[in-house]
Amino acid sequence: IILELKLYIYVVFTIMQYSTPVFHKAISDSTSVRAALPGKVKIVEVGPRDGLQNEKTIVPTEAKINLIDMLSETGLPVIEATSFVSPKWVPQVRGISRRPGVSYPVLTPQPEGIQAAVKAGASEVAIFGAASELFSKKNINCSVDESLQRFDEVMIAAKEAGVPVRGYVSCVVGCPYEGKVAPEKVAHVMAKRLYSMGCYEISLGDTIGVGTPGSMSEMLLAVSREVPVSALAVHCHDTYGQALANILVALQMGVSVVDSSVAGLGGYVIYMLHGLGIKTVRKTSSKVAQATCKL
Amino acid sequence: TKQNMVKISPVVVFFHLSPFSFIFLQTIKAHEYPDFVKIVEVGPRDGLQNEKEIVPTGVKIQLIDMLSGTGLSVIEATSFVSSKWVPQMSDHTEVLRGIQRAPNVRYPVLTPNMQGFQDAVAAGATEVAVFGSASETFSRKNINCSVDESMLRFKEVITLAKGQHIPVRGYVSCALGCPHEGHIDPSKVAQVAKSLYEMGCYEISLGDTIGVGTPGSMCEMMQTVMKEVPVSALAVHCHDTYGQALPNILTALQMGVRVVDSAVAGLGGCPYAQGSTGNVSTEDVLYMLHGMGIETGVNLAKVVEAGDFICNFLCRKTNSKVAQASSKTL
Repeated sequence: IILELKLYIYVVFTIMQYSTPVFHKAISDSTSVRAALPGKVKIVEVGPRDGLQNEKTIVPTEAKINLIDMLSETGLPVIEATSFVSPKWVPQVRGISRRPGVSYPVLTPQPEGIQAAVKAGASEVAIFGAASELFSKKNINCSVDESLQRFDEVMIAAKEAGVPVRGYVSCVVGCPYEGKVAPEKVAHVMAKRLYSMGCYEISLGDTIGVGTPGSMSEMLLAVSREVPVSALAVHCHDTYGQALANILVALQMGVSVVDSSVAGLGGYVIYMLHGLGIKTVRKTSSKVAQATCKL
Repeated sequence: TKQNMVKISPVVVFFHLSPFSFIFLQTIKAHEYPDFVKIVEVGPRDGLQNEKEIVPTGVKIQLIDMLSGTGLSVIEATSFVSSKWVPQMSDHTEVLRGIQRAPNVRYPVLTPNMQGFQDAVAAGATEVAVFGSASETFSRKNINCSVDESMLRFKEVITLAKGQHIPVRGYVSCALGCPHEGHIDPSKVAQVAKSLYEMGCYEISLGDTIGVGTPGSMCEMMQTVMKEVPVSALAVHCHDTYGQALPNILTALQMGVRVVDSAVAGLGGCPYAQGSTGNVSTEDVLYMLHGMGIETGVNLAKVVEAGDFICNFLCRKTNSKVAQASSKTL
């Protein structure tokens, strides 16, 4: 099974001391191209959930568990395991061998999903909102406001269960239906709300990969005004080949967490980070590649 | 086959491909990015050169003619090397004579030595290029002589070219790594670049021949070369073997580079890594530049068309993500 090329990037900004982002400083001397880069980047692996979710062929549970178990051996600190959209996903979370120190978040779009996820042993959950009204309606069948209400309920359930919640915002630079998405919308309507609701981290997704270093930094600038950069995450797709360039710009703005999909651009991300002297996972990316091939 | 997760709305794609995208996608440009970047299209030469199947002269000419209508101002047409070494380029004279030269477009050709230069001029060449290497081993294996010997050869070509008012572009290959030697010292790259520049090359294209560079090594190499050659005379020629081309180009732009080499449809595999992609695709570079509000004068949609044409002939999928995404909407 060939996994689709996607790159999910979680950007956790370091606290930005200055009102203008680093990239606006005149880079007349080349040293400042590398000056702002973080020393360490956390890789969040989304292959088993977001990657496999879009495969037409149903991947057997056993294969999914094997993939997650192999990824657990690579040193990746976070592996998104599955999505509790239906009870049939329960066996997957129960079946994996959890490695100490590795987090296995699962998606839970509904409050009921929290209970099922926790029963199955999930210790972290995630919710998905959209910055675009049309995308929200078509993707999760409700308006942006309705989705936020739903998330309120999920947050309450998660708090009761004592599980941390990660928020995703899709269509942060462009929507397949609406076209360009205003950075302020991403910042105010979604990111700020999700954060104030209690999400510990907000993942900003370039869902259709139309972002370029220009639009990415513009969006990140707007969002970082509303949400502390330490709680921000970015999620990129490589549809137009722009993902790595977008990651680089994000890194230059202080990003220190990168999400990627095994057999997507995960290997290339690690290659770039290591080439920049940035520490990532404990083991080499060849392990990640092995996990890919076995699948 | 790789499938696209999200159905790309035609609106989005044509939005980006249309001239209006220049205006509507104008985003905040960081101060250090240039307003304009010149694209040097190397598909017909560097791209096709690595194709195993000999491409008929007529197809090469058609490709170049299509590219001539896209707004590109420089299209590397062919290479006047011995057909024994590069059979794909053995029709160099026919190609150069057969293309319809568009006004405001230049068609440089590679000329590794005096013989090649003379043949090129006889065929009507008005601009030539010479290829140096930052790696001794690569030089010996690729052009059968040491770096110093190659510089002597190029000096002859450049002297003659100057006399005939023919501009010469210099290339430095293995600028970020060599398939034989591995890591290449940036000072060696700077030394070769400086020699070519001082000999009279108007522009030096620094090539990451095997695509192993990352923004880190690109930055370090550029820093060193810029001490010897003004950045206004520098270009980058990135390969996408490890997916690093666009980040590397972005890094170069941040350091003041204003000229980027690329190949339509990402033509040209890597002869040293079977199955690997080679040149960065012109379409993907254009997408990034235009998305950043940087002008190029090139029509992305027309480049996609030229890419479709050559890929259809080669019976291969394009290496350009942009072209792949746009074909899915049709």
